[in-house]
Amino acid sequence: MIPYTPREIMTIAAAREIQDGEIVFCGTGISMLAAMAAKHISAPNSVIFFETGAVDARLDEVPMSVADSRVMFGTAVNGSLIDAFAFMQNSRTGRKVVGILGAAQIDKFGNLNSTVIGDYAEPDVRFSGSGGACDAAAFVNRTIIFMQQEERKFVPEVDYMTSPGWMSGPGSREAAGLPPGGPSAVVTNMAVLGFDENTREMYLRNHYPGVSPEEVSENMGFKVDLSRSAELRPPSDKELKILRELCDPQRLILD
Amino acid sequence: MNTTTDKVMDLNQAVRKFVSEGCHLSIGGFTANRNPMAAVYEMIRQGVRGLHVYAHSNGQGIDELIGGGCVRKLEVAYAGNGRFAPTCVRFRRAVQEGKIAVEDYSNYQMSLRFLAGAMGVPFLPTRSGFGSDILEKWGFPKNERRQDPKLPDRKLCVISNPFRELGGPGQVVLVPAIRPDVTIIHVQKADRAGTMRIEGLPFTDVEQAKAARHVIVTCEELVDREVLRKNPDANQIPFFCVDAVVHVPYGAYPTSCYRYYDYDPEYLNRYRRQAGEDALFREYLDRFVYGVKDHAELIELQGVERMERIRADAKTGYAPGLERR
Repeated sequence: MIPYTPREIMTIAAAREIQDGEIVFCGTGISMLAAMAAKHISAPNSVIFFETGAVDARLDEVPMSVADSRVMFGTAVNGSLIDAFAFMQNSRTGRKVVGILGAAQIDKFGNLNSTVIGDYAEPDVRFSGSGGACDAAAFVNRTIIFMQQEERKFVPEVDYMTSPGWMSGPGSREAAGLPPGGPSAVVTNMAVLGFDENTREMYLRNHYPGVSPEEVSENMGFKVDLSRSAELRPPSDKELKILRELCDPQRLILD
Repeated sequence: MNTTTDKVMDLNQAVRKFVSEGCHLSIGGFTANRNPMAAVYEMIRQGVRGLHVYAHSNGQGIDELIGGGCVRKLEVAYAGNGRFAPTCVRFRRAVQEGKIAVEDYSNYQMSLRFLAGAMGVPFLPTRSGFGSDILEKWGFPKNERRQDPKLPDRKLCVISNPFRELGGPGQVVLVPAIRPDVTIIHVQKADRAGTMRIEGLPFTDVEQAKAARHVIVTCEELVDREVLRKNPDANQIPFFCVDAVVHVPYGAYPTSCYRYYDYDPEYLNRYRRQAGEDALFREYLDRFVYGVKDHAELIELQGVERMERIRADAKTGYAPGLERR
């Protein structure tokens, strides 16, 4: 077995979450890499698309942002932002879209903050803001979330709700006026966390080889159910080879 | 509306004519692609102050305008520059130090707002915003909004869906139209009257231009009218939307321009480092913005080799194998 880095297993773990035939909404960085890996490995009929309007880009090289000229080459269509967000919600395509998101903070219901730490009016730390994350979190059938496994990022309550997850549990999205759907997995550098079917609360689904469920828990600011966790199958030689040689040979995202 | 046939002027003149202190401005592009950087630098050089800026996801352009002291208020969805700066550096500092006021929307909401402006309707509906603090927390207080006749009294509002019998949501979020005083975009080709062609993704540039009271377009190539009219299907914005046409090769540099050049990772990475410290940022401005008389001089300063490295290849539209760390 080939040795691998935490970033590599994280990317492969997320790639395995993507199902064949899904339309994958990607953000910048590791989410693009996961979508590229999935397409090469287990979901050849998945379609990568960006909020900028690029549909089914070739991605011969890793883009540095969703507006990189690399997302424009060899696409089916180069649309606009208005087109891209329409695909996420129209009745024919919307339910097939899986969104991959990241954030500065997450709570146990998968609600995300990518706007501020501290008070909104006088923030301690300002981040980029929603971009298309709030839109995707609102519209699409399910989201996969990338996070670093750190106590300050897994918080009891987010300082600012940029992108709604399961909000405060079953029924709360519908009550707020949102379509059905929500976060399905949180992929970190230590584990994959799922959301309970009944309570919509986060639980530990898989810990990575060499990481114990307790270690995952120590790096979170709230308690989750650890009892259901199974060790994740390590990345196969084939998965790693594809990730390294086809997806990011320059190691722009992997390093 | 401007139906004259020759709107060509130089950038200094175009900015002087259409951008004034405190005016409401939007710029085209997205993160590190096709930002109208030549115009951004010209506004900084001219010392434009107090701008009210609208953007969905402008990275570099917005950050430099903020760093150059031109911006007082910003309505924005995403102030990041992809991998080059996950959060724009001068933006972050300015917000944390209370130097600019920010109103947060999402990318779709901002795009809808430009579209509403372009359509001439007061607002457009969406389901985006429900459950989010974008709905709950306002950056500009109501009394401040009332003082500016160009701003709606409310950031957004919620109404019940009047067509509920067709199914769909019980309520929708309404986002108000934007009518910038001026929109500045950089495109690949334009003619002297302002008809233009964007290659690759147009982002929301078309809606931003159509929503504005005045439009400045900077272009890589100033072409004869017949060049564009031979293939009108590829053009997006007709001449009557445009007020000034400025020929600026490399006008998006250091951001990219599809089929012409890539972004310059060296420039953008150095910018991020220097933007992090006031003294270094001042040095940056002195050398690359105030230290040159125009954009051509900035390009000359980078050297021929550097510009050759980012030249787009004919097949892909970017610079394959470019060192991007």
